[in-house]
Amino acid sequence: MHELSIACNLVETADAAARTAGASRVRVVRLQIGAIAGIAEEALRFSFPIAAANTLLAQAELVVVPVPVQIYCAACDQPHTLEPPYVLRCPRCQSPANRLLHGRELQIESIEIEEKQEEKQELEDATAYP
Amino acid sequence: MPPRILELRQSLLEKNDQLARALRSRFLAAGLLAVNLVSSPGAGKTALLEVTLTRMRSQGWRVAALVGDLATTHDAQRLQRSGAPVRQIETGTLCHLEADLVARRLEGWSLDELDFLFVENVGNLVCPADYDLGESARVVLLAATEGEDKPRKYPPLFHSADLALITKMDLAAAVAFDSAAAVASLQAVAPHAAILETSARSGLGIDSWIDWLVDRRRQHEKTAPA
Repeated sequence: MHELSIACNLVETADAAARTAGASRVRVVRLQIGAIAGIAEEALRFSFPIAAANTLLAQAELVVVPVPVQIYCAACDQPHTLEPPYVLRCPRCQSPANRLLHGRELQIESIEIEEKQEEKQELEDATAYP
Repeated sequence: MPPRILELRQSLLEKNDQLARALRSRFLAAGLLAVNLVSSPGAGKTALLEVTLTRMRSQGWRVAALVGDLATTHDAQRLQRSGAPVRQIETGTLCHLEADLVARRLEGWSLDELDFLFVENVGNLVCPADYDLGESARVVLLAATEGEDKPRKYPPLFHSADLALITKMDLAAAVAFDSAAAVASLQAVAPHAAILETSARSGLGIDSWIDWLVDRRRQHEKTAPA
């Protein structure tokens, strides 16, 4: 149950990036979470608003893009996507899969921000077409 | 004004990963093999370390250990009897060790004077999987008393291991432990991992485990910068 600490890291990183970009708030955070990353999405969703309180992410929507487990089979010389329960073996030829291509992702893909200079921009827009 | 999308592509554990990378280069530069021991609570990490530290010291290896627990310093006290430098990391409520905790607890130790550093993680089959501690080898313990299918139930942690030790083999007969089923279960989620059967009490497999460590350190030395 380390989702709260993951949520804190997430908020810290995204908040810093948003501030650097001059954002007034973050609308959406998009994450990639691998199927065997060891993170429970439900627990992360529960922790997120607690971690996000009083930051630019306070009202942000959390979008989780699940990443399926994919292995590379040397015998077939091609990647295969696995279904749970995960047995790291080639689903076609059954040889053990020593290379995991995807499934352990724990990544912030992107954030969608609103920029600060909105009022100024609106003013410029208003004067652009007299 | 339309919202703008910023591509970040950053690990959620970037801070920990950075600290772990820094630790790994320090360990490598010092010619030290750091081993992260993970398992459920009560799988025998401390008992294994007691015998490992004692035996390796008698062979002339310079060994040390950090021990993580939520509370108490019992494990550190047990391990200190081996004569090796041992420190406890009390995590409070934290369910796993992080690179920062390890780095802070190493302060004052001269890494150049060590050959092996064992980090006994908090007993937990879930959370420690995601946290790199700068180790060069991760070893998972599966006790014969635990049930052969544990690896299939907790794939992330077992998958992250380089070596799996089946511990408490002295109790195998008493609990009708099915060794072949346990090996199959380990191979299903960690086909890359070596597997050894051990017993800290009878000494079974301890020499092979130490050989594995020594061999691993030798490989590790080859990759170290000159």
